[in-house]
Amino acid sequence: MATRWFGAPVQRIEDPRLLRGRGTYVDDIDLPEMLHAAVLRSTHARARILSIDTSAARALPGVHLVLTASNLGQVLEPSPLLVPHHALTQPRTQLPLALDEVHYVGEAVAFVVADNRYIAEDALDLIDVEYDPLPVVHSLETAAAEDAPLVHADVPGNVAAHLVQVVGDPDAVFASAAHVLHETLLMDRGAAMPMECRGVLARWDAHEGLLTCWISTQGPIPIRNGLAAIFHLPEHKVRVIAPDVGGGFGTKIMMFYPEEILVPFAAIHLGRPVKWIEDRREHFISANQERSQLHEVEYAFDDQGILMAVRDKFLHDTGAYTPYGIIVPIITACTLPGPYRLKNYYSEFKVLYTNKVPVSPYRGAGRPHAVFVMERIMDRIAKELNIDRAEVRSRNFISPDEFPWDVGLVYQDGGPTKYDSGNYQAGLDKLKALLDYDNFPAMQADARKQGRYLGLGIGCYVEGTGIGPYEGAQVRVESDGRVFASTGVTTQGQAHFTTFAQIVADQLGVDPKDVLVTTGDTHAFYWGVGTYASRAATIAGSAMYLAAVKVREKAKQVAADLFEASPDDIELADGKVFVKDAPHRALTLGQVAISANPLRYAYGENARKLMSMNLAGPRPGPALSQERGAPGLEASEFYSPPHGSFASGVHGAIIEVDPKTGMVTFHKYAAVHDCGRVINPIVVEGQVHGGVAQGIGGAFFERLVYDEEGQLINASFMDYLLPTAAEIPPIEVDHVETPSPLNPLGVKGAGEAGVIPVPALFASAIDNALSQFGLRVREMPLHPRRLYELLQESKG
Amino acid sequence: MQEQEEETPVFTEECTISVTVNGHRYEQRVPVRLLLSDFLRHEIHHTGTHIGCEHGVCGCCTVLLNGEAVRSCLMFAVQADGMVVTTIEGMAGTNSHLHPIQQAFQEKHGLQCGFCTPGIIMSVHAMLHENPNPSDDEIRHELSGNICRCTGYQNIVEAVRLAAERLREHHTEVQ
Amino acid sequence: MKPPRFQYCAPRILDEALTLLDQNGDDTKVLAGGQSFVPLLNMRLAAPAYIVDINHISELNYIEHEDGYLAIGATVRQRQVERSALVQEKHPLLVEAVKHIGHMQIRNRGTIVGSIAHADPGAELPALLTCLNGEVLVQSSRGERVIKAEEFFTGYLSTALEPGEMLTEVRFPLIASQAGWAFIEFSRRSGDYALVGAAAVLTPTADNRCMSAYIAYLGIAGAPMRGRAVEDALAGTMLDESTLDAAAEAARTLVSDDMSDVHATAEYRRVLTAELTKRLLKAAWERRRH
Repeated sequence: MATRWFGAPVQRIEDPRLLRGRGTYVDDIDLPEMLHAAVLRSTHARARILSIDTSAARALPGVHLVLTASNLGQVLEPSPLLVPHHALTQPRTQLPLALDEVHYVGEAVAFVVADNRYIAEDALDLIDVEYDPLPVVHSLETAAAEDAPLVHADVPGNVAAHLVQVVGDPDAVFASAAHVLHETLLMDRGAAMPMECRGVLARWDAHEGLLTCWISTQGPIPIRNGLAAIFHLPEHKVRVIAPDVGGGFGTKIMMFYPEEILVPFAAIHLGRPVKWIEDRREHFISANQERSQLHEVEYAFDDQGILMAVRDKFLHDTGAYTPYGIIVPIITACTLPGPYRLKNYYSEFKVLYTNKVPVSPYRGAGRPHAVFVMERIMDRIAKELNIDRAEVRSRNFISPDEFPWDVGLVYQDGGPTKYDSGNYQAGLDKLKALLDYDNFPAMQADARKQGRYLGLGIGCYVEGTGIGPYEGAQVRVESDGRVFASTGVTTQGQAHFTTFAQIVADQLGVDPKDVLVTTGDTHAFYWGVGTYASRAATIAGSAMYLAAVKVREKAKQVAADLFEASPDDIELADGKVFVKDAPHRALTLGQVAISANPLRYAYGENARKLMSMNLAGPRPGPALSQERGAPGLEASEFYSPPHGSFASGVHGAIIEVDPKTGMVTFHKYAAVHDCGRVINPIVVEGQVHGGVAQGIGGAFFERLVYDEEGQLINASFMDYLLPTAAEIPPIEVDHVETPSPLNPLGVKGAGEAGVIPVPALFASAIDNALSQFGLRVREMPLHPRRLYELLQESKG
Repeated sequence: MQEQEEETPVFTEECTISVTVNGHRYEQRVPVRLLLSDFLRHEIHHTGTHIGCEHGVCGCCTVLLNGEAVRSCLMFAVQADGMVVTTIEGMAGTNSHLHPIQQAFQEKHGLQCGFCTPGIIMSVHAMLHENPNPSDDEIRHELSGNICRCTGYQNIVEAVRLAAERLREHHTEVQ
Repeated sequence: MKPPRFQYCAPRILDEALTLLDQNGDDTKVLAGGQSFVPLLNMRLAAPAYIVDINHISELNYIEHEDGYLAIGATVRQRQVERSALVQEKHPLLVEAVKHIGHMQIRNRGTIVGSIAHADPGAELPALLTCLNGEVLVQSSRGERVIKAEEFFTGYLSTALEPGEMLTEVRFPLIASQAGWAFIEFSRRSGDYALVGAAAVLTPTADNRCMSAYIAYLGIAGAPMRGRAVEDALAGTMLDESTLDAAAEAARTLVSDDMSDVHATAEYRRVLTAELTKRLLKAAWERRRH
């Protein structure tokens, strides 16, 4: 059927509330008798805890509870490992409070609950911890060294995991290739930095035996399941709600953070609601980080620039624990082949522990690293053979008629890395047009004459999205005609309240404004996983669609009975249901909902009007026949993809480098992306814009700097530089659309796309700007001082 | 403060303050160290002003103090005694239509998670009052005191441009 | 990040403030704009037992044109100076420097005198004051004294203020009408503390040579650094390319070895300082009237 809302740039339904400051983020919730918590965090990256004296803190007026590990009883156990994997032979997860040893600066050591946060922080100052510092593993190099100190005493060599994957016969190809090159490529730590820090509010209702938690999280359902297990409660007696969340970007899909266990524990213990709101300094040292990998890559290519084999060995820094398994490096390994025909590929990675904040996915989740490596390879091949960079890529692209394309690796979902559809050349063509690529050399040459150094960089990527295992949705029409839709995924700004409403509105013939979407409340929808990995629109959206289709079919069935017509002749439009060609004799959707519930009574305007209409009575037999199914206009459906779908894109930028200072400005940024069919184009573009900005931040402004004691030395917004509106250029977006054959909507994920190719294209642009000096960027993020140094090295 | 003018002021840890917020006068006894941001959010329950950093960089906590945009996390509530504060809750009119700035943000998709949005709107309000016809560069420069992690600023700039245009039109009409 | 406990007082008269400052010696801090101070309190990097809020002392809210300088009182906001018709007319260099301070939300509360008293090596106004050979008025219950800029800034976040003393006024000398001036800084983002920056005032002779040069840098040492070596390199010259190169080289020597932090090493600061110097001098010389 023709869709009115799918693909339309519908303005967001959630905006008026947020614009008025009427959002409800965790810290906005005030409960009677609520107390406030603060966490004492380790000041050492690695140390034995000799003693903790909490007596002065306990005695402070206004303090209700001080916890250390020894107070936690059964709850003192390592938090669940989220994604086990056979290669993760030495997983380690964190205790809610450190017991004998601390493993990173920021690790939770004690927990205070007081009348307000001010007093709670006063109490932290009174807690006396005696540490016995131990040698610190402050970097990947340190972790990998021969006689490295051990982050965990029982993990030899600091190796948490070791995984080798082989496609084809790379050894044979390397042996006979015309050209073989080798280099070391580095990407260093960064973090998502959502504007809202983390937060947990818990309330224990002893009468109902119900634990309710409001958490700034991307995954309330797994948290619900975990809390039920930890506190020995039935799952339906734990309700976890993700209210409005001020940005997640992966940081908040991590679970369990210790506070997610400590706050409910305290609430149950005290019999009063307890709220913990993370502050920004804590966020820097306890909210998960990512991005740190070191790659040694070898690649073989022929005289035409065809990439024939890649051997990539890398180290992945997981920080002090592996709460999220080894998802990120797996994704790196699987993303590296990109849009290219790579049939011989050796991938090996080791995941190493370091005494730093633990690592779990941050937007991109391993893909920026892979794209950095592969796109550096492409640029190098181009340079070696004196072929245009875009041309080299074109020669290596998988072509549109080669899908599905099996990369030959196992993806993060355990399924094959199998590209479902794509048209990479079309993307590159559009990008070249946006940047006026063919005329750039002339522009560049003119600028050089004026002593200015312009550079153009490009980056291509293929992005696995839309993985399972599944999501579900429920759609229900109530008797007043309003439509309610709920799902287990969450929302941190991706406009689910609008996009899901669009999907449902199309099926039910209503305005999206009349569809009230609930996300992230375990009492509103029981089953599901969460919002991450660019999957919510694809998986939950597909479930929404399937549920809405079911409700539509049911509405047609009920109306068909009432109008004594065939369901095929029933239409839904403008909130009404009618026999086609007879719209004057319509029922409202609410009236159909009432009719679908065979009670003797109903309330409201709709019910009264219904009774006065001359419609067919009920048929003989059971009121709820086998074919009628459940009462009401309601359906729950689940969607489980066969495997992930693969979005793609090409980005490019024109930058200017000041070689005297190493400063860089962006003149132009263009992004062409393909996420299959698009539910709401302004939402997708907004996601791309935001990702690009984080990518630019991660390429040139943001870097987490740890010293040799494992101290993060730039733990504030003054020193960790998030780009502002003055640093981010205007971003032009264009689209290619290769629908996914894997789901009913034909969509692919788009949430992470913006950030993925930015480090790669930035390096490409700098090389291009400074080509006369033979500079080759091999590390990200860069910053002016480092760029200046690299330039001097190239010159001298 | 309720010290009389003749008395020598003394050090205290609590004060009674009187602050006008969005046209409504609030009188409250507060600890002197209570930040203005916390006063607004938790004493008088205006939770639209958000806290992103508490060290004056992110701009989420921006409110108007006597008409000027300030970071409420860098002020104590006692310092706002006798002053007029405007928060995001005061932007929509009494008929609760969106303010033209808010309306422009809706139309241009200038927000995603909404957390930085109130601070940005207050800053934009102050900015356009001072400079009703800003160029894109000026908009970006003036916005650099507010960090957004979701939008990449693109649509925010467009929203400000549209808001500026509408406010200028309205101003011309009124005249 | 909530501040620790403290006792607070907000006098309305200067004499009362000075008395209060005396009461508890160096466990008392003055609060004016708070834009530098409150973050330190929130991070609990500062924990004074007593805070004297001077924002209500109306007698300190003045911008006055005195003989050869602008006198600015301790409660004047940076934004006031930015918008002041008097300052725009009499001292556009001061306006230019103030515009580089943070963002407008900071300048709406931050004070001119507060920035001077805080003495951050990356701040604009201490460097400007040093460039202009300005001075500050310091008062206590024991009396008052005037301190020249170069004696006032003693090091990283350190000044010549004694316990019980308060900065009540800063004096920015005016510059000659024919002098060219410039204020430039290199920073990572719009509104950041500068990596390095400088102010320059160059006065030409009748035959278009450099008669006098006043240059001061921020971000290259713990205190603002007067660039005498650079000034000497310019004296009597016409600021041709080779002179500017020499000036840039001289500027490099001014950068202190211990100016390395997460944003820049001392060596990189030297690189920036050299480049900054050339741009600064060109811009200032361009503005001269001859």
